[in-house]
Amino acid sequence: MNSPHRADTPADTPLAGRAMVESVLVLAALLALWWLASHQQWVSKVFLPTPEATAESLIAGLATGELLGFTGSTVLRMLLGWLLASLLGLGLGALIGASATARAWIAPTFEFIRPLPASAVMPLAISIFGLSSNMVLAVVAFGAMWPVLLATVYGLASVHVRLREVADALQLTRLAFVWKIGLPNALPDILAGMRLSLTVALIVTVVGEMIASQPGLGQAILLAARSFRASELFAGVVLLGAIGFASNSLLALAERRFLGWQKSG
Amino acid sequence: MLARALRFIRPWVFPAVLMGALEIYARTVGRDSDAIAPPSLALLAFGRALLSTGEGSIAQATAFTLGSAGAGLLMGALLGIAIGIVLGLSRRAAHMGFLTVEVFRPIPSVALIPLAMLVFGFGFRMEISVVAFACFWPLLILTQAAVQQVEPGLLEVSQALGLSPLARTTKIVLPAVLPRLFVALRLGVAIALVVAVTVEIAANPSGMGYALMISQQSLAPDLMLAWLFWIGIVGFLINALALRLQRWVAGKMGDVVELESVDALAVSGRAGGAGRAGGSGGAGPSGGGSETGQTSEVLGTGLPHPAGRARRAGDAR
Repeated sequence: MNSPHRADTPADTPLAGRAMVESVLVLAALLALWWLASHQQWVSKVFLPTPEATAESLIAGLATGELLGFTGSTVLRMLLGWLLASLLGLGLGALIGASATARAWIAPTFEFIRPLPASAVMPLAISIFGLSSNMVLAVVAFGAMWPVLLATVYGLASVHVRLREVADALQLTRLAFVWKIGLPNALPDILAGMRLSLTVALIVTVVGEMIASQPGLGQAILLAARSFRASELFAGVVLLGAIGFASNSLLALAERRFLGWQKSG
Repeated sequence: MLARALRFIRPWVFPAVLMGALEIYARTVGRDSDAIAPPSLALLAFGRALLSTGEGSIAQATAFTLGSAGAGLLMGALLGIAIGIVLGLSRRAAHMGFLTVEVFRPIPSVALIPLAMLVFGFGFRMEISVVAFACFWPLLILTQAAVQQVEPGLLEVSQALGLSPLARTTKIVLPAVLPRLFVALRLGVAIALVVAVTVEIAANPSGMGYALMISQQSLAPDLMLAWLFWIGIVGFLINALALRLQRWVAGKMGDVVELESVDALAVSGRAGGAGRAGGSGGAGPSGGGSETGQTSEVLGTGLPHPAGRARRAGDAR
């Protein structure tokens, strides 16, 4: 996409030379501030562990495999839920989006569901599935489905008039239209929607693990907080941040690669 | 006449069919279910909860949730806008802060719930702090992007006039970015509400989220459905209100960043895709797309406004 502000954005112009050094220095200064604040006891140690203690908990947790296991199950849950959500969103979205009539009748309902927090359906899911890992998966899939679904419906609805005329001229069936014209047209929207839904999936996964006490980082940090083990809590938060960062950057990369053909157009 | 009436009732038909199906299902197959209740009974339960007063009443819980969402949004927005303006005005500051922003932004806001619990205990303050954290990042990023797009000529004028940085901000930059700021704020409203409810569901024993959770735990499916619908209705109304406000500001300030709603989407489908006339290339120059992705920070259904190409602002920066 060539939106005007794109070229001059930091994300696209990798930091070079002095800017990079300064960027690192600012982050280092913040870490130093953390170190100072925790060592000088400006903030109680109960809330704010020292950076060393956090690193120690992180390394110890990873070495014994405990934190590693939690991280693994959180990532797995997130990915599974995301995959389910993407499939559901694509399927339902294509079904609704393919027909103008279906869109006209069903799409307004989304306006109502859109502001509903995914975690709000968790109590309902608990009473259906119990406090199980399937419950968490179901809520993750449900919550993360919407960005993909809406993107698919929108992408199908916004096929250019000319392309519709081409499809008519070629006498494409509706299925062929969706497959050959609609979905390729919707692809940028869908990929962006999938990236969004991965972020939602991580968040709902964490909430689900907290509520349903399923093994994972969500449960781990909640337990750490309850027993006042601040350094373990911070270690968990660091890992969650890392998961969020990694998943988002990977998908951004994939998006760029997949949509290379679009940029020239 | 008939067509107009049809357009008016059309949005309600699908939800009505769903409700009808649920009613029938809950009265036949799922009669002994602890999970589902007929919507009619949910409505009755809602009425009872509305009449009751004190702790756990609808008014009290709603006020708590909206109050903490609002206070959190205010804190997060003020901080985010202030820092966003600084980063937007100075290329150097943006570069310096880049790494820090990228390191802290991906932390899911819910990960801070345990920390907030540890620091503040349960209550108002912990909820506000998590909401503020969640709202801070999108507002920072969207403000930064908006300021970076301020017409360079305007900034040159301020330089020629010898305005101080403060005067430059209040007299030139803020008025110029106001419409976009309101787009960001509308997004913040959605995020704040979702995060507030989530904090209540996960930990904080107050507000609508907690009421929902408790009604499930006390095996009262009718009350639970009532709360679920109520949260949906409140969210819908608040978001609609915020959208109104944003459009009003955009109309007043000229720079109309018109966003297609799903509503328009349905219509555009009828009009044969005319809804995106000329927009097939992606995000329009107005950058309408930049507001979409930020919903990712939302816990909730996290629905992007399907306006323009759903570009993440984090990407568009």
